[in-house]
Amino acid sequence: MSLSSDSPDLELVHRPHSGQTSLETRRYLINIIGWSLCTIAFMLVAIPMVDLILTIAIKGASAMSLEIFTTSSNGMTGGLLNAIVGTLALSLGSLVFAVPIGVGGGMYLSEYGQNRLGAAIRFLADTLTGTPSIVLGYFSYITMVIGLGWKFSVLAGSITLAIMVVPYLARITELSLRRVPTTMREAAYALGAKDRTVAFHVVLAAALPGVLTSVLLSLAISVGETAPLIYTAGWSNYLWTGRLTHEPVGYLTYVIWTFINEPSEKSHALAFAAALLVMLVVLTINVSVRFILRKRT
Amino acid sequence: MKNLTPFRLSLAGLALIIPGALIAIVFFLTTYSWKAIGFNGFGFLGTINWSLGNLYANPVHQHGYLVPPGAKYGILAFIVGTLLSSFLAILFAVPISIGTAMFLAEKAPANLRAPLTMIVELVAVVPSVVFGLWGIFVLVPLIAHVIGPAITATLGFIPFFNMNNSTGSGYGLLAASIVLALMITPIIATTLYDALNQVPRELRESAYALGATHFEVATGTMLPTVRVTLIGAIVLALGRALGETMAVLMVSGGALNYLPGTLFTPISTMAAFILSQLDSALQDPSEMAVKSLAEIALVLFLITVIVNAAARLLARGTVRVAQL
Repeated sequence: MSLSSDSPDLELVHRPHSGQTSLETRRYLINIIGWSLCTIAFMLVAIPMVDLILTIAIKGASAMSLEIFTTSSNGMTGGLLNAIVGTLALSLGSLVFAVPIGVGGGMYLSEYGQNRLGAAIRFLADTLTGTPSIVLGYFSYITMVIGLGWKFSVLAGSITLAIMVVPYLARITELSLRRVPTTMREAAYALGAKDRTVAFHVVLAAALPGVLTSVLLSLAISVGETAPLIYTAGWSNYLWTGRLTHEPVGYLTYVIWTFINEPSEKSHALAFAAALLVMLVVLTINVSVRFILRKRT
Repeated sequence: MKNLTPFRLSLAGLALIIPGALIAIVFFLTTYSWKAIGFNGFGFLGTINWSLGNLYANPVHQHGYLVPPGAKYGILAFIVGTLLSSFLAILFAVPISIGTAMFLAEKAPANLRAPLTMIVELVAVVPSVVFGLWGIFVLVPLIAHVIGPAITATLGFIPFFNMNNSTGSGYGLLAASIVLALMITPIIATTLYDALNQVPRELRESAYALGATHFEVATGTMLPTVRVTLIGAIVLALGRALGETMAVLMVSGGALNYLPGTLFTPISTMAAFILSQLDSALQDPSEMAVKSLAEIALVLFLITVIVNAAARLLARGTVRVAQL
């Protein structure tokens, strides 16, 4: 990352007849020092990130075994089957609630939301996205786990995750739908199409890749979330039996959080294995989404 | 009102679930913590005294509320922990973000720009609990054995920077602030990077024509044009840092009822405290402890709402939606 050839700085300084050599030398030095500091700043972000990925990858890979995918955890050791199943149930469950509401809400904002109501919903959706996830978790604990008497359960956990990703989904859906040219809508209306046909068969169909992208990103968020699940989904060493309420369920992020604080090496290995699985899902989704988006633009 | 067809109304109904959820959160948190708000009064925010009281004794009447004897709830230590760790995180993150954005936008080789930018973007998607794991495994030992002793050796004459005045475990204010800084840096850096790329070409060219060096062009003409965006992104990042839970909980050491005397002292933030204390609060038969935790959640919610609203007013339309 030395001075690249496109910068005109070098010629600027080496002018022996210049009367202000000291000033120019100073500016030259500031230029070099400034860009070096910028490069260091980038390194301060990139090196921890690369170190994080490598640490998780190496520690996680060495902890991988077939047993992890076939057995459930038992306190401090064992496998991750119960956690993998639980994470799938919770995150896919959250999509069941979040996709209709998020995509429908985003469709409203894009197609009919150019008014005060739309502006208010947009602002409140952004506020909800900024709400700390632990506050959402506590809200669900009060209302669903205690209030409705569901106890720790898949349903309470899924709904909490859904509340978290809905505003995100709605706003990205809105952006994707808005990119569809107005002329396409007008052409469809001119052919006598009704609102519903235009919205679903013209606008949504054209913007489908963008909407699917936002669904995938929501899935990545759900898979990596911990705080709102601890007091809604609870934790269980047993395989989920399929009950929606009154049964706590295990999930991968809980393993990361608790098993790293256990004294045994085997627990640490399980924590890293869980972290590797979570990171694989999150990074795969995010990297592939970025490649697809880049290709399309 | 000609547009109120059933189809449009049903879509509006779906969209209205979002504000509905927000209103429900405020309503239920407030009603659930109502007794705690009455019992705790304003001392809740201003005292350093969180004590569940004697949970094995029969609850007694105090100011008209049934609570365990000796129960007191004051969260000043957690408010200070939250604000201090977030403030330090911003202090670390802002210069690093500005440098990163300038490097990516101006100095990174053109063919490497996309992958290098992606590394920074991906920092934002790493789950909080994974940051916590990395913090426990890499950062905390690094602070205990390298960063801490180095700071103590250079600035140790100031008590706040002397690790010998703390437990020296590495868990504490500095670890929490560094992890937070790392988590919020991509928010500021990518927003700024986008904004720098939008600076009109003419502006840079005229600065070059006046004989400015590349660094002077970037700092003197480009950065001032994105000032508002930068401030908006910083406030947004602050909102994220204030509410961050898992990573902070895992590396902050968890303090109860004392203010951090040094950079290395364990702390608790409001979000981390809610998560770590619910189990013990549930032992309180009078439920006042759980309701007081709900009051913390309410206070935290109000703080982040205010901060986020401020960010959005400052940087309307300039921040990537993906990071909202």
